[in-house]
Amino acid sequence: MATLVFLEHHGDELLKGGLGVLSKAASIGDEAAGVVVGSGVGALADVAGEFGAARVYVADAPELEAPLPQPRVDVLARIVEETNADAVLFANSVLAADTAAGLAARLDAGLNWDLVDIARRDGKLIGTRPALQDSIYADVGWTSTPQLALIRTGSFDPAATGGSAEVVDVDVRLEDFSTTARMIEQAHEESEGPSIEDADVVVAGGRGLGGPENFTLVEELAKALGGAVGATRAVVDAGWYPYSTQVGQTGRTVSPKLYVACGVSGAIQHKVGMQGSGVIVAINKDPHAPIFEFADLGVVGDIHQVVPKLTELVTQRKSG
Amino acid sequence: MKIAVCVKHVPEGAKRIDPETKRLDRSGEGALNPFDAHAVEEALRLKADTGEGEVVLVSLGPAKAQDALRKALAMGADRAVLVTDDAASGSDLVATSRVLAQVLARQNADLVLFGQQGNDSDGAVLWAAVADRLRLPMVSQAAEVTRADGSLRVKRQTEFGYDVIEAPLPAVVGVSDAINEPRYPSLKGIMGAKSKPQETLSLQDVDVSADTVGESGSKTEVLELKTPPSRGASRKIEDDGNAAQAIVDFLTEKRLI
Ligand SMILES: Cc1cc2nc3c(=O)[nH]c(=O)nc-3n(C[C@H](O)[C@H](O)[C@H](O)COP(=O)(O)OP(=O)(O)OC[C@H]3O[C@@H](n4cnc5c(N)ncnc54)[C@H](O)[C@@H]3O)c2cc1C
Ligand SMILES: Nc1ncnc2c1ncn2[C@@H]1O[C@H](COP(=O)(O)O)[C@@H](O)[C@H]1O
Repeated sequence: MATLVFLEHHGDELLKGGLGVLSKAASIGDEAAGVVVGSGVGALADVAGEFGAARVYVADAPELEAPLPQPRVDVLARIVEETNADAVLFANSVLAADTAAGLAARLDAGLNWDLVDIARRDGKLIGTRPALQDSIYADVGWTSTPQLALIRTGSFDPAATGGSAEVVDVDVRLEDFSTTARMIEQAHEESEGPSIEDADVVVAGGRGLGGPENFTLVEELAKALGGAVGATRAVVDAGWYPYSTQVGQTGRTVSPKLYVACGVSGAIQHKVGMQGSGVIVAINKDPHAPIFEFADLGVVGDIHQVVPKLTELVTQRKSG
Repeated sequence: MKIAVCVKHVPEGAKRIDPETKRLDRSGEGALNPFDAHAVEEALRLKADTGEGEVVLVSLGPAKAQDALRKALAMGADRAVLVTDDAASGSDLVATSRVLAQVLARQNADLVLFGQQGNDSDGAVLWAAVADRLRLPMVSQAAEVTRADGSLRVKRQTEFGYDVIEAPLPAVVGVSDAINEPRYPSLKGIMGAKSKPQETLSLQDVDVSADTVGESGSKTEVLELKTPPSRGASRKIEDDGNAAQAIVDFLTEKRLI
């Protein structure tokens, strides 16, 4: 089966997510080809060969420099048409999700998202899709080709097999509307301070804190526990805390021994960044918050009541 | 500025998948998808900013979705258009985007807004499919939207931090749930909502043929439901004033402090 894998890059590196999907596709017996899209990206094609790509399609043009989805839909639609690919797989990201969904509409193709596994059964591609806050899993399929899929962050590790890929240059032709959105300023966040990825304890604050000033509650608990402070995207987007502390799909992936979530609902996109933690403690006033589905200890309560007391008790214990 | 906001009616409370149809059970009470309240709020803000125009709600869903739309009308939206048709139930991304694009094309809005995600689907993808069908520029994950002469500036978050993207109008934008704090409908708003136009259309009314939507028009299928891998024992307690002590005991037991 001819499968295309979208290989996203940042700077001059292919992202691990796409390489993991590529390795997985090759391991289930698909003839996996990588797709690299950007400007001045020729050298990246070689890397893809080492991770299982038999072939790499390279679309290289100045208009493809910015990581925007719509021109990528044009490129992929063309490659699918020319190669008759059966499947197009994406490691989830902001760029990949928008590109995959645009492609689904363009080709009238089925898109299954948030898959944590893929397999071939009697030749048929089957995906595993957790639903309803991961409380149920479903096997999902496609009723036509090409079959499009977005794979949940962290599902597959790249496996270097040391092969080399045949490189195919793609003739880039873009739709008028695809290039009207323009990148004015592109993110190049340099993280400051010690990274929360290395901390043994992470205390995370979410929108339940009610305002940026209440982050001191979280900071004090983190200090008492000897840990670092994390945040959800909701509070980072709101400007309450810096992006470098964001945990989740579009932030950091952490796996401390202890993760304490304060006023965090536990959305899937947050969960994927912290589910590898040793022990998860959650404090949330809503008994139905999704975070209670995967916390080892869940406390239904008000953070303003529980957290200061907890900080005090921990401090006492440590000094006593 | 004329702004269309795509909003979804979602089941309220505990959700379940019907083992028979393998679809989400939508038979019970429903509500406005909470993520969509942020899109409505942003539309109202942008309309107020320009001092003219209208905010139109666009939805695909069951007939009772009109109740959820009324909540958004109570917030201040001007009118609502709901496509409801038995043949459309079970629509996946390709099918849903087809219907919405067809409705939106007739509305001719300067801006189409989407919420961050359906709280039942966690898709966070629909805007991209709709924008491709409408052949309009699209920006997602908007943490901030500002208007400048005939175009929009959007600050979006990606895995690398914040980008700033500019798109000419008309455009399609998906907003983050931190972009604003949605207002609560006032009593006056709630009363006023009752007399705002709420149009209900069939597939035929929007020129979509029944076999291109619903189950027959969808390109994905659910084959089998399974039990997820077990995640070990978990404890849940209610704070009765002693929760902090209970946490300390738990952490001690786990040798974490
Ligand atoms: C493409 C994409 C990428 C994303 N990436 C990320 C990511 O990397 N990281 C991330 O975190 N999110 C991410 N999100 C957003 C995610 O879906 C959620 O919207 C976000 O995680 C919610 O943050 P929150 O838990 O702080 O806020 P909310 O969902 O608003 O939850 C706040 C919680 O606080 C509780 N609460 C309120 N007051 C109190 C109180 N006094 N005491 C105790 N509890 C209280 C409430 O019950 C609620 O459960 C992403 C979304 C998309 C679409
Ligand atoms: N049936 C629908 N009708 C109108 N808008 C919808 C519908 N489903 C989803 N949306 C919109 O698309 C956004 C993303 O949904 P999803 O991609 O399903 O997570 C939601 O926040 C809504 O703004």
